[in-house]
Amino acid sequence: MPINYYIFLSLALFAIGTIGVLTRRNAIIVFMSVELMLNAVNLLMVAFSKFHGLADAQIFVFFIMVVAAAEVAVGLSIIVMVYRKIHSVDINLLNRLKH
Amino acid sequence: MKDFIYLIPLLPLVGFLLNGFFWKSMPKKTAGWIGTLAILTSFVLSVINYVQIEPEGFTYTWFSFITAGDLNIPFSFQIYELSSLFLLIITGIGTLIHIYSMGYMNDDKGYVKYFAYLSFFVFSMLLLVMGGNYAIMFIGWEGVGLASYLLIGFWFKNKEFTNAGKKAFIMNRIGDLGFLVGMLLVLYHFGTIEYQELFAIMPSQGVDTSIMNTIAISFFIGAMGKSAQIPLYTWLPDAMAGPTPVSALIHAATMVTAGIYMIARSNVLYNLAPYAQDMVAIVGLVTLLVAASIALKQNDIKKVLAYSTVSQLGYMFLALGVGSYVGGVFHVMTHAFFKALLFLGAGAVIHNLTGEQDIRKMGGLAKKMPITHITFLIGCLAIAGFPGLSGFFSKDEILMSAYAKNPLYFYLGLAGAAMTAFYMFRLYFLVFTGTYRGAVQQDKIHESPGTMTFPLIVLAILSVVGGYVGLPHLFAENHALANFLSPVVQNFQVELVPASTEWILMGLSVAVVLVMIFVARMKTKSGVVKEAKGINKALENAWYVDDIYKGLIVSPLKELSHFFNNVIERGLIDGVVNGVGKIVYWSSTKFRLIQSGQVGLYFFILVIGIFSLLLLGLWIIPTF
Repeated sequence: MPINYYIFLSLALFAIGTIGVLTRRNAIIVFMSVELMLNAVNLLMVAFSKFHGLADAQIFVFFIMVVAAAEVAVGLSIIVMVYRKIHSVDINLLNRLKH
Repeated sequence: MKDFIYLIPLLPLVGFLLNGFFWKSMPKKTAGWIGTLAILTSFVLSVINYVQIEPEGFTYTWFSFITAGDLNIPFSFQIYELSSLFLLIITGIGTLIHIYSMGYMNDDKGYVKYFAYLSFFVFSMLLLVMGGNYAIMFIGWEGVGLASYLLIGFWFKNKEFTNAGKKAFIMNRIGDLGFLVGMLLVLYHFGTIEYQELFAIMPSQGVDTSIMNTIAISFFIGAMGKSAQIPLYTWLPDAMAGPTPVSALIHAATMVTAGIYMIARSNVLYNLAPYAQDMVAIVGLVTLLVAASIALKQNDIKKVLAYSTVSQLGYMFLALGVGSYVGGVFHVMTHAFFKALLFLGAGAVIHNLTGEQDIRKMGGLAKKMPITHITFLIGCLAIAGFPGLSGFFSKDEILMSAYAKNPLYFYLGLAGAAMTAFYMFRLYFLVFTGTYRGAVQQDKIHESPGTMTFPLIVLAILSVVGGYVGLPHLFAENHALANFLSPVVQNFQVELVPASTEWILMGLSVAVVLVMIFVARMKTKSGVVKEAKGINKALENAWYVDDIYKGLIVSPLKELSHFFNNVIERGLIDGVVNGVGKIVYWSSTKFRLIQSGQVGLYFFILVIGIFSLLLLGLWIIPTF
């Protein structure tokens, strides 16, 4: 398959992820969108790895996956702690930085 | 003597520092004696120097002053005939005035400060005449200007007096620009400003005459400011605001003669610049006539003497301008004697009348102040050119040289001499003869103390005998002063007048003087000074020159500065600076709103930022 299709798909996934991060109110959905962005990049990496015939990108995909996993772990625990405080996952209520 | 020459200026400097730093704690008598002894010692050293002087003189280099690349200006003194003579005049008359001041300023609160300033003045003046190059002379030149400012505005609580001091200093500064320009031109064209080198190479350098004229005229502008020639003379009458001994020292004997010293020193330069010489002579002539005319109608004793000084300085410049450098220096010497005498005498009169300076309120003081009276009379006779006294010989020499150059100069000079005789004797008759018209109780008027009369007597003697060093060749083979100064200056004009002509001219000038004295007696017999009308009013107001300057120069400058202050400084510049502050404040109120605390907004801005950076990096920059 021509590489363009993979690029478009990856781009679409990345765009959806970005808009999700910016637009959604629920913190967990925001995290999902971040995961979506990371996976879009993974897809792109693998596609190019097959395109060039080099395995370097696939190694990098492993790195990304590891980092994503760690990030989710930490991020979700923060959400749990925030939930214990304000009993909601609405990000618009988190405006303490204003002061 | 050569190794001790630096003591001559150093002692007054030490006197200045001692009196200056300790003026609060110094007892009065000590301060006076410190100042007087310093200058007296300098006088003794000057006498020793004078006696030992050799024809070629010597240069004493103290230290290397300015070295920059090729330029090397040492702090050097050059002692030869001309500077030795001036040293004697400055320290001698300076000592007499210090002694006089001890009596005159006795009741003044600023006694110690006064002596400090006087010592500083003497120091600067000595630097001026002893300097071995134009730079040292300039240091002294500026120093005497400063001292003049300090001393004129000595009674600083009075706004008018301080204004007079400012006026003197500012007019001096205008002249100083000319001096600097001349000095720099000399440096540029000849590579050196050291007198010995400069005057040796100057004639043979083949520099264009127009440049020589420019240099000479620039220096003369400096002299115009310092020695009160037209147009920079109006500070001198106002300078009478200072204590009278100051007027005697600075504005009669020393500072105002700095210009003449400078030109006499640079006689090599002026001989190569004929156009400049003519200008010097003409300016001197005009000044002499204008100032004498103003003095005819002045009613303040010091103002008459002030305008007389300006007029006599005009004579000196006339002499220099026609090439008679010896004549100019001779007149400096005799003028120093009789003008200082006249000023000190006037000071005695003012002191004893507790501050009265208007001659319409004086009269009949001869019997009450005999010594002052006799010495003042001698001074008047000397300045008028009465035969046998010093003023006669020096003025005669100048007039003869003027005749040799151009007979018209002689006749104009003679007119000036007539006016001089008239106004001086008008002054004398109104002050000392007739009946007393003033307000002070008659039994309170008495002769001055010894410290004040002693200098008067000494100066009177000098005014009488001081002329015999310069006998014209009609009377004696030996013009002692010319012989003394001959290694330095040339006096080639005087011999050009044939003997018979000289007798006639001399007789003419004597006759004029005697007639004018008689006319003055007639005019002042009644003792009443009439109200001035018409041209007399113009003379009384000094041809309204001060008002002309005020309207033409001072007021426009003031308006200009007000404009700059209000419109440009306050409006524009302050507006800009304050405006910047206001903009920063306004923009910060706007920027503050970005920090809303909403994380979503932060993300949004983050994405926008990344997007822009990518755009920038991948599209916009590669296309350039």
